[in-house]
Amino acid sequence: MKKRLKNNSYTFILFGVLTLLTVVMAAASPYFFSWKNFRNILNQSAIYLVLSIGMTLVICAGQIDLSVGAVIGFSGMSMGMLLKAGVPAQAAVILGLLIAALAGFLNGWIVAYGRINSFIVTLSTMTILRGIILVLTNAKSVFGFGPVFGFIGSGRVGPVNMPIIISVIMAAIGSVLLHKTKFGNYCLFTGSNEVALNRSGVNVKKYKVLVFTFCGLCAGIAGMIVTARLNSAEPLAGQGYEMDAIAATILGGTSMRGGKGSIIGTVAACFILNVMKNGLTLLSISTHYQEILTGLILLVSVLISESSQRRKSEV
Amino acid sequence: MNTKEVVITPFLETEDIYKSFNQVKALKGVSVNAFGGEVLAIVGDNGAGKSTLIKILSGVLQPDSGIIRIEGKEYKRLTPKKAAETGISTVYQDLALGNTMNVAANLFLGSEIAKGGILQKKKMREEAEELLKNLDIHIPDVTETAGNLSGGQRQGVAVARLVHKGGRILIFDEPTAAMGLNESAAVLKLIKRLASQGFAVIVISHNLPQVFHISDRICVMRQGKVIKELVTEDTTMDEVVAMITGASTTS
Repeated sequence: MKKRLKNNSYTFILFGVLTLLTVVMAAASPYFFSWKNFRNILNQSAIYLVLSIGMTLVICAGQIDLSVGAVIGFSGMSMGMLLKAGVPAQAAVILGLLIAALAGFLNGWIVAYGRINSFIVTLSTMTILRGIILVLTNAKSVFGFGPVFGFIGSGRVGPVNMPIIISVIMAAIGSVLLHKTKFGNYCLFTGSNEVALNRSGVNVKKYKVLVFTFCGLCAGIAGMIVTARLNSAEPLAGQGYEMDAIAATILGGTSMRGGKGSIIGTVAACFILNVMKNGLTLLSISTHYQEILTGLILLVSVLISESSQRRKSEV
Repeated sequence: MNTKEVVITPFLETEDIYKSFNQVKALKGVSVNAFGGEVLAIVGDNGAGKSTLIKILSGVLQPDSGIIRIEGKEYKRLTPKKAAETGISTVYQDLALGNTMNVAANLFLGSEIAKGGILQKKKMREEAEELLKNLDIHIPDVTETAGNLSGGQRQGVAVARLVHKGGRILIFDEPTAAMGLNESAAVLKLIKRLASQGFAVIVISHNLPQVFHISDRICVMRQGKVIKELVTEDTTMDEVVAMITGASTTS
């Protein structure tokens, strides 16, 4: 039990920081501490959370996916165009998610079988996908999708918004996948020691393709939420979101080198970043300062986790 | 498992193995035997053919001619998969473990206990403890991260994985290179213990004092040939050095 505490100490720190941040914000702004505002934060976090779940698995496997922001735009635009063409909402959603998963599959396939660094592969696919969106739409938005699709973005089940429900489900799925399954174990091992995994007779390439496919699917779900919430598919939707997902994942304690990470850490980090954004907005502090602060937090957290890892490996 | 098995027929036998790489004749008719319950040391200078022989045994390379006999069954060549199935396992020095993963995960790598894709972690922990106990490898906590283990413990986990997968011939290539004194001692103890439990152990080493310390027999290779198989007790270090360098060939 004691060791378990030690292993998860970073996650406890994250939740401590989250609590502290909540208390400070509640003291600073009278609007902060209300169900309505919390629901707002959860709703805002949902997109980043879903995206960060996929990113966490990819980074655990020692890879990176820079294309998730473009996949948000691509899957959102696919759904938007399908809906505009008269395809029923359910079918449009399924097709849009399949397209996102296919984009992830291609990323993984090129990384695994082309043996190319994932940074370069996904940087290329990011640019290609964004380019395709711009060509297809002539850089114009597609909007007005009707209530069934809109429900995903702004509908509520009881007092809870749909995006919140979706993000909770995805976090649960991600947590089980990473921590309980063979798939998650092999993801972590790919990041930890790919050579050993290969020698043990495990098809590493297959698992690389799978983890990128899952990440693509997560980006597709995020794209679905973004598009449904705005009731509009924007050509530049999701631009730069990959950086938020990477920031949340690394702040959450996942090692950039792979082999180590947790979903609960990513969830906590996601909330820290969004509570901060929300609180600072309530305090009418410019978003420009928020950017600076986000960067600083990320830098400090990486310094802490890297130095603790270095200490460990030196013993 | 602790009883010393007496095996008369060799566990592993090679007969007249030839292997060349283009013009270079790496092996020129190598015949060696390895028995269960003993440590066989293969010594020789660089380029004597030790590594080539080991690669052929583990199925990484295919011989040009010759026969590999495992428990009396003959093979013209082995693939890595076939070698593993027959029980030949090579203990890689440092690339075997995932440092960020725990002992149990490392031990069961590639043969996890899972139901419908869900890992049975509790069962894996229990079996890992049992397996390590049977092999007399001391690791206090199987949930410990492999990166925190000592070099000796790490080799222990690597060996336990191979044994779990059915390994019966364990090949160590320079097992204590780049290791501290205490750690080497632990690895050497592990090697002797494995032999006493009935495994056939082959050790490749440049470290002659170490070879004399752990081996039951010494096989001296020179220029692609086995020039002598010696019983460790009946020889001296000077004699072996003379054979390795070519100062004396056969006596």
